[in-house]
Amino acid sequence: MPVLKTEQLPLRSDADIVRMRQTVRAWAIEVSLSLVDQTKLVTAASELGRNTRIYGGGGDVILEIVENGSRRGVRLTFADKGPGIADVEQALKDGFTSGGGLGLGLGGAKRLCNEFQIITAPGEGTSVIITRWKS
Amino acid sequence: MERIPILKMGSFLLVTIQVDMHDQLAMNLQDDLTERIVKCNSKGVLIDISSLEIVDSFIGRMLGNIAGMSSILDAETVVVGMQPSVAITLVELGLSLKGVRTALNVEKGMALLRNALELDEEGDAGSED
Repeated sequence: MPVLKTEQLPLRSDADIVRMRQTVRAWAIEVSLSLVDQTKLVTAASELGRNTRIYGGGGDVILEIVENGSRRGVRLTFADKGPGIADVEQALKDGFTSGGGLGLGLGGAKRLCNEFQIITAPGEGTSVIITRWKS
Repeated sequence: MERIPILKMGSFLLVTIQVDMHDQLAMNLQDDLTERIVKCNSKGVLIDISSLEIVDSFIGRMLGNIAGMSSILDAETVVVGMQPSVAITLVELGLSLKGVRTALNVEKGMALLRNALELDEEGDAGSED
């Protein structure tokens, strides 16, 4: 799949998350996502960015504008070198949380995107890849 | 430390969130508001989120917490001005903001708070008879 543009941002502080959200918004506008789709993507990014920072002990996000035929979309890869997730199915369930959250982060983010992939193993960190396509 | 201003107007407290909320800012607001409710003996809190471009689970939880805490402190909370795209996203995220009263705009939110206050005072007057 052709990648038209890419950028990597750190996720280590509250300020990093805010900057990441603003950049994701700008890229969503660049591929002409509707306002609702922009909001969904930025909200999903906010949830996943928080996970990377808090549960993953900080990490990075890679932003990409991707093209599939005539369709364009924004792909985000959240990567940390934290403890990883032992039971992904459980982590995706609404209401499950290992921290103090509502347990909506991972499952909620999945619902807000077109594509969702998670690569993780205990002790090997976590990568979550999401894509939102221009519909 | 960065803080969101809280304005006192009679029996009510007004908050307009006009910055991109980060988590610590949300936590500070929660603490500041509960303190001010007690200090000012406030009966209502109006939170205007019309400038917020997203409400994620953390901010949603903060709004729920504020509503819960203020209710225990005998104050009503109303959240106003949510953008339609934010509302759509919140529901899909799985957050229905149960227990948080909402109104479309500041005017309607103030009316809601005033009504609640009047009902409260009538109730008090009634019980004294």
